[in-house]
Amino acid sequence: MNWPHKDLLDVSQLSREDVEVVMRTAASFREINARPVKKVPTLKGKSVVLFFAEPSTRTKTSFDIAGKRLSADTFSLAKTGSSLQKGETLKDTALTLEAMNPDAIVIRHASSGAADFVARRVGCAVINAGDGWHAHPTQALLDLFTLREVWGDELVGKTVVILGDIAHSRVARSNCRLLPMLGARVRLCAPRTLLPKAATALGVEVFNDIDAALDGADAVMCLRLQLERQEAGLLPDLREYARRFCLTTKRLSRAAPGVKVMHPGPINRGVEIASDLADAGNSLILDQVSSGVAVRMAILYLHITRKEKGETS
Amino acid sequence: MTPPADLVVRNVRVPGRDGAYDLLCAAGRVLTLAPHDPAAAFPRARVVDGQGLLLMPALTDAHTHLREPGQEWKEDIASGLAAAAGGGFSNIMCMANTDPVNDNAAVTKLMLRRAAESWPNGPRLFPVGALTVGLAGRELAPMEELREAGCAAFSNDGEPVADTEIFRRALEYAADLAPVVDHCEDPYMGKGTGANEGAVSARLGLRGQPDVAEALQVARDILLAEYLRAPVHLAHVSCRRAVELIAAAKKRGAPVTAETCPHYLLMTDAALLGYDTMAKVNPPLRSDDDRAALIEALRDGVIDILATDHAPHAAHEKETPFEDAKNGITGLDTALASLWELVRQGRLSAEDIVTRFAWRPAEIFSLPVNRFAPGDPADFLLFDPEESWVVTTEALRSKGKNTPLLGQSLTGRVVMTVVEGVVVHDLGRPAGS
Repeated sequence: MNWPHKDLLDVSQLSREDVEVVMRTAASFREINARPVKKVPTLKGKSVVLFFAEPSTRTKTSFDIAGKRLSADTFSLAKTGSSLQKGETLKDTALTLEAMNPDAIVIRHASSGAADFVARRVGCAVINAGDGWHAHPTQALLDLFTLREVWGDELVGKTVVILGDIAHSRVARSNCRLLPMLGARVRLCAPRTLLPKAATALGVEVFNDIDAALDGADAVMCLRLQLERQEAGLLPDLREYARRFCLTTKRLSRAAPGVKVMHPGPINRGVEIASDLADAGNSLILDQVSSGVAVRMAILYLHITRKEKGETS
Repeated sequence: MTPPADLVVRNVRVPGRDGAYDLLCAAGRVLTLAPHDPAAAFPRARVVDGQGLLLMPALTDAHTHLREPGQEWKEDIASGLAAAAGGGFSNIMCMANTDPVNDNAAVTKLMLRRAAESWPNGPRLFPVGALTVGLAGRELAPMEELREAGCAAFSNDGEPVADTEIFRRALEYAADLAPVVDHCEDPYMGKGTGANEGAVSARLGLRGQPDVAEALQVARDILLAEYLRAPVHLAHVSCRRAVELIAAAKKRGAPVTAETCPHYLLMTDAALLGYDTMAKVNPPLRSDDDRAALIEALRDGVIDILATDHAPHAAHEKETPFEDAKNGITGLDTALASLWELVRQGRLSAEDIVTRFAWRPAEIFSLPVNRFAPGDPADFLLFDPEESWVVTTEALRSKGKNTPLLGQSLTGRVVMTVVEGVVVHDLGRPAGS
């Protein structure tokens, strides 16, 4: 099939069939990542701009590797040292990048809606690598890919707990869209200060009590806690947070047998998740990282090779 | 003896009255508004055929930002008054958050001089003086000096006074001079986010401001006004919680008046979906329940007046990610036409609009107004309730094109505005015989 979307802004734009296409494509690329020579010429001559206006090592590296393994040329534009620090508007940056004719722009930005803003102003594909608190579609897709590798394609009947700073989490918002689409039950769990006031508008169950949330859970996705939340008056301190919400072996015993543990990284050990759990056999944290490369290869491939309506090959 | 009429509108309908009327004016004043007389002749008058049109007193906008001096790239007094003339306004009050701030007579006089140079025959400009020096909320502005220079009210609009001790003293001091207008917003809670806290902000991942942040300051102001017996006018009320507080206060006889704006009556925070920065405004667009409460409050007088909170910005100040965009919606050009939608739906009457957008604001701020009694200023507008027009950037006379209505079609249009007998806006209706 021809990929129907110019951009990937959030998972909410994807149909169930689109998601299956991404999963199938990622599975085929995963095989390349296991080869001794991890490179195919699929995107030779294509260029991908990695425009990260917010600090990021993991996601940026993941996209960089994904692009290079498909033989695309990748170019980094960071906020530090760029014209963005000199007061250039996002509109002008977008138009400047557009004038250089890239095939895709991967954007990470601190403002919710920034990827959409750029996508409306450029002709090439725009891939949202995280916009403010709004969306992080490739993270949700790689989380789904990871869970399917252990559970198989069927998510109906599974319960996934998303634990931690929901209010400020684009990962949580995207997963609240994607996992229920595949039939999973999603529970959010956080202190009230780290939930949006209208959290139920996200369409999933909301818990303030971690034990109740974990009861019978099949997977627990911990979120990173930004250390500055304490200064904003949302938390007393990290120790206090850990006392109520750190995922420990004891707490996890209420979950279903074989429960899986996930984290988008980077981890604050002993804050969001006990150190031993992060390294335990049921942790999928490193599988998420490997899935990330395959999923991002799929996303770059689908968006860069798509044909405009009426265009012939 | 009565002078002969020099300006006549014939065969026009008037909100709240049956049948057709003739309005006769002379030397900038109303002579009579009387039932239409097809036989009458007016050899010395400019005669306007009012058939199919509605005659209303020209409107008073108690809340605008005209940006001059200091931010003329957004708007200036000439362009702001052009928008006012086109929108059917005869009286415009402009807020003090200019650069420099309107906290002394020199700035007030500059504003009035600009108005006189650009629109010598109106719309009339009534600057609002700063309540505190530099709008900094620390020292009282020289209110007598400002009043003498021509200010009609005092306000820290945009920079509400956080320090309740200072605000109390400002209300007391101003009580014998001119009304105080307050922008009600808690100084800390979700400040300036431009998005209502609710389901929409949760989904979009935007920091939201709850209606409670507005209601808290409304409650503060009501309590102070009652305690001090000093009047306060509550600007741009946007939510049910504030409406309920005001209704209860008025029942007790508290000296408070209140306003709301067309955008709060016509839109909700659903307009933010897609991160439309044109709909970013402070206070933010609220829920449908808030909208319903405001319409009802306007009908029964809990909310006294309509005002635009006309807040023009340049294109580049809105063409940004949502959280970087400036707050504000431009409103003078479109106010009456946009509200007409509510009249068509039967949710407001044309009389409500006349009362809330012309008579009552003039009463609160002691401004000239036309009640169609002999001797009243000949300030009126003619409105074609059937004409449809598209809100294009060209159709807006304000420099600010920042309205979510851009590209939409409105039904109802101000075709003529007259201030003291002088036509200041005329879309060129054919003259009557």
